[in-house]
Amino acid sequence: MDESSGFLSSFQAFLITTGNRYAMKIAVIGAGVMGLVTAHHCALRGGSVTVYERRPETGRGCSWYAGGMLAAWCEMESAEPLIGELGLESLSYWKTHFSHVVEKGTLVIAPPRDLPDLKRFAARTHAHEWLGRDAVAALEPDLAERFETALFFASEAHLDPRVTLDALRQKLIAEYGVTFVMDSAVSPDDINADHIFDCRGYEARDVLKDLRGVKGEMLILRTKEVNLSRPVRLLHPRIPVYIVPRADHHFMVGATMIESGDRTRFSARSMVELLNAAYAVHPAFGEAEIVETGTDVRPAFADNLPRIRRDGKILRLNGLYRHGYLGAPALARRAAEIVFEGKSFPEVER
Amino acid sequence: MDPLQFYGVTVASRLLLGTAQYPSPAILADAITRSEADILTVSLRRESTGGSGGRDFWKLISAMGKKILPNTAGCHSAKEAITTAEMARDVFDTPWIKLEVIGNADTLQPDVFGLVEAARELCAQGFQVFPYTTDDLIVAEKLLSVGCEVLMPWGAPIGSGKGLNNRFALKAMRAHFPNVPLVVDAGLGVPSHAADAMELGYDAVLLNTAVAKAGDPAAMAEGFALAVKAGRLAYRAGAMEARDMAVPSTPVFGQPFV
Repeated sequence: MDESSGFLSSFQAFLITTGNRYAMKIAVIGAGVMGLVTAHHCALRGGSVTVYERRPETGRGCSWYAGGMLAAWCEMESAEPLIGELGLESLSYWKTHFSHVVEKGTLVIAPPRDLPDLKRFAARTHAHEWLGRDAVAALEPDLAERFETALFFASEAHLDPRVTLDALRQKLIAEYGVTFVMDSAVSPDDINADHIFDCRGYEARDVLKDLRGVKGEMLILRTKEVNLSRPVRLLHPRIPVYIVPRADHHFMVGATMIESGDRTRFSARSMVELLNAAYAVHPAFGEAEIVETGTDVRPAFADNLPRIRRDGKILRLNGLYRHGYLGAPALARRAAEIVFEGKSFPEVER
Repeated sequence: MDPLQFYGVTVASRLLLGTAQYPSPAILADAITRSEADILTVSLRRESTGGSGGRDFWKLISAMGKKILPNTAGCHSAKEAITTAEMARDVFDTPWIKLEVIGNADTLQPDVFGLVEAARELCAQGFQVFPYTTDDLIVAEKLLSVGCEVLMPWGAPIGSGKGLNNRFALKAMRAHFPNVPLVVDAGLGVPSHAADAMELGYDAVLLNTAVAKAGDPAAMAEGFALAVKAGRLAYRAGAMEARDMAVPSTPVFGQPFV
């Protein structure tokens, strides 16, 4: 009796240390924002997670070049309602798990002759207020001289994608013991896991034949002569541009949207357009240092909405388009609940 | 029957639809379907022509089964437009080209000098050119003399949505070229603008922004399709003459029949 009860108590202790159940073996392929938040949601549910990445470092795909705007309301100007729904959930995720999310809203402006575009933007969105000159000056003093009117989306936020990816990777390692296998372009067939999440983005065209590429180009400027506290969107009939302030006087200026899967070149035309728009927002950008130029390809389906596709024990999460940070946490939560709780989500399983 | 031909090809609709600036390719596809357009214009950026996967979007457009009219949108010189036209012929396998040579990036006004020069070269190469031009009659004559068989004057500047800025000039053009297919290209904002152009006797209209930037692009596409049909029917039916006084349709007691 004593012996068997001793065996039972040590077995119970074993169960408790392993989460009181078999830890599901999870593999995530792709360490961009989609892969990392998927790893997090699986780890939160007790999964034993390994992340495979073909590059030597995490997050060096299009996640690296993103603006990091958590702009669920602004995006409603042209996106489907689903993006707003996913965006609100994702905003809450980022605020819950990371301290560096900046909650100062978004300012949308237009040159005087493009004011019809600002009215159109206002008509297609909500959760905004019209600002006059004094209110613009109070929020962004550097813009007041040039912009008499603006739309303010107070509930939006932004984050620095690179800081975020790094913080997320460290959290996964330190708090959840997630394993990272770098320089490793694995095929799902080579992986021994209970469930595999394919988060390879545009690289997954080999299996997702209806995925297309939407090229984006961005640049990072540095100047001490302009101060902005929040993302600024400049409307233009052909070349809408946003500027996101980052630490140490850096500004991310983005991004072009070109129907192309070619990630290799940054065209002179795109550079001219982005710089022109930045100059229109504030002439001091003309004197800024060009710190970096970047280009990559956003993965998108025909309706520009993200999807989860089940393929045996593989779940393919893809099609985030221009909504990576806005959509990934909410998509990852659904994917994790499919696997861990047997749920289904028809809004994204298409 | 009320057939319309461009370069000997009969087309089934008098509405030509542009494919840029839609919220998504899926919404574009809905708009195309409800517009009943037979010809789609596709603006080609050079970088979209090369490389693996660079043609995803064009494959989606091609899958709609419509006639493709490639467009040299955004070209600012005759040489650039000619190069783009040659690439478009390779990509889309068609001699048709909508020729735009832009003179000013802000107004998007055609550079009519570069336009005539590019049209001459492209016609000589065997292209069938659809020139985007102003309502200037002499420029139009030059375009015809270098080999164009269609003219596409603007209604108003591209993307402005203003409708027919100069009805007098457009009427003069119709009167001056009674046998040349004329298409109002650019500047239309709402279906009544399209009906207006068709009532003037224009053979077709070409749209993009008015549909792409509508709140519901597919519904707006259908609105334009109906307006184009209405305007064409009105033109063919022969409209009454407007006059300044009311004209009672029954005799008024005490008034002579004058």
